[in-house]
Amino acid sequence: TAVFLLSFFQSPFWILSLPSEDIAKGLMKRTVCAKSIFELWGHGKSTDELYSSLKNYPLENMAPYLQSNLTYKIKVHAFNKTLTQEEKIQRIDSLEFLPFEGKVNLKKPDNIFWLLEDYGMDPNNIPEHPIDLYFGRWIANGQRDLIESYSVKKRHFIGNTSMDACLAFIMANHGRVKPNDVVFDPFIGTGGLLIASAHFGAYVFGTDIDYSTVHGLGKASRKNQKWRGPDENIRANLRQYGLEKHYLDAFVSDASRPIWRKGAQFDAIITDPPYGIREATRRTGSQKEMAKMTERGTENHISISSNYHLSDILFDLLKFAAEHLVIGGRLVYWLPIYKPEYTEEIIPRHPCLKLISNCEQTLSSHTSRYLITMEKVKEFEDEDHDVHILESQYLPYKSHNSFRDKYFSGVTKRIAKEEKDSQK
Amino acid sequence: MKLLTHNMLTSHVRGVRPGGGFPLRIQATEVKVNNVDFNPEFTARMVPKVEWGALVEAAESLGHRSDLPAEPIPDYESNEDFLRKVHHVLMEVEVVEGVLKCPDTGREFPITKGIPNMLLSEEET
Repeated sequence: TAVFLLSFFQSPFWILSLPSEDIAKGLMKRTVCAKSIFELWGHGKSTDELYSSLKNYPLENMAPYLQSNLTYKIKVHAFNKTLTQEEKIQRIDSLEFLPFEGKVNLKKPDNIFWLLEDYGMDPNNIPEHPIDLYFGRWIANGQRDLIESYSVKKRHFIGNTSMDACLAFIMANHGRVKPNDVVFDPFIGTGGLLIASAHFGAYVFGTDIDYSTVHGLGKASRKNQKWRGPDENIRANLRQYGLEKHYLDAFVSDASRPIWRKGAQFDAIITDPPYGIREATRRTGSQKEMAKMTERGTENHISISSNYHLSDILFDLLKFAAEHLVIGGRLVYWLPIYKPEYTEEIIPRHPCLKLISNCEQTLSSHTSRYLITMEKVKEFEDEDHDVHILESQYLPYKSHNSFRDKYFSGVTKRIAKEEKDSQK
Repeated sequence: MKLLTHNMLTSHVRGVRPGGGFPLRIQATEVKVNNVDFNPEFTARMVPKVEWGALVEAAESLGHRSDLPAEPIPDYESNEDFLRKVHHVLMEVEVVEGVLKCPDTGREFPITKGIPNMLLSEEET
């Protein structure tokens, strides 16, 4: 079946070939990136091209949806242009040559057909005629509504770095999270990533080194609110969405220390490790430091944390995933990148994990983060325990440590420039 | 803390013998039973993943064994009665206050408001 769907790249429309309508429907049950999917009956760069393309579409493919006992309606949508009702009706009338036999039903049609017109991406330069036209049978809508219903704005418990709902769903999709999976986030924070997994029917575990966050104590991250309220915690967040039954446990633990028994396995590990850009990176420190902290009367009374280097975070995370994922299970995480130095070679590897994808999200002119997806392809054996990343990969990957310096040097320079400019 | 979680945790204190530190002994001062929707597929998935002896022992120590047999039964996937018992023990029995005690070193990990704290200082690991 040839189908196409609305998406959000260079053009909002994307043509793809899929083996069946069921697969198209399955895709739309999960994606938050696409609005709708249609069976493509014709397309062209002009109205004439579209019409001749439609006339060439095999009648036997159309006939099942155009029968006399089936009702239909045609909708017109223009991207980057507003059409008047008159213009829309005109376009629908021009499609009369299609062999419709059924009756029009605007309220509850059996089939909906769409004429889609693309006027480009530049709102300041809208062409008179569309640059692309498509006609097709509507099949399904995507899950873009989830972005609104799971919006961080309406969530009880959030932190300074709560992951945007859309990205959380993309991560769960990259992790191929399915019902009855067990999903783990070793840097759980306020639990935003796990909400997306729980929505797809998985059961979720999380840990965080921050006692206050896991307990939902301390200062609020929200404007106009000083302290966190009693129901601001990870479990209550899931409850807010009717997903508490998918909560296993969240507890206080250091991701750099082994606490899971051998054989404890996860279907996916989905996480946003702390890179010290908006939240400090920490791991447990010495008793001396701990004593110092206790004197200061902090809530994190168990132990204090010292700096946790970026290369160590990644090394620990990959090793943990290699050991504790099921075969075929996926690790999905964000890797910060200093753009001028990025090559695919600096993505950390492990002999048990295969790189599936690396997708860039731009943060600034010289920094971005990559969504890394890896799949476990080989059982973890004892010799993998002390495996070091290949020397050639280890060196550039060590340079991740300097990411913060570079990131902040850019930010500091910009602030300095802004101050200078404002003094002029 | 659910008993499913307890079943997957080990102690990592310095001095734990290789392969040891499991299971952690539970000393509970408050235990709560929460209703959780029964999901037979998920429960059946968990049965082979669980260290059964440790689960029975933990449930017993809290007084919530609920007739859980000493071994998983052979046709467990299709036995709803059995799966409901497993579900109850794994998902509904929760330790709210207490400690988890390392079987090798005696180090105690506190559980507060249902949340275990597994942190150790650098000297202890």
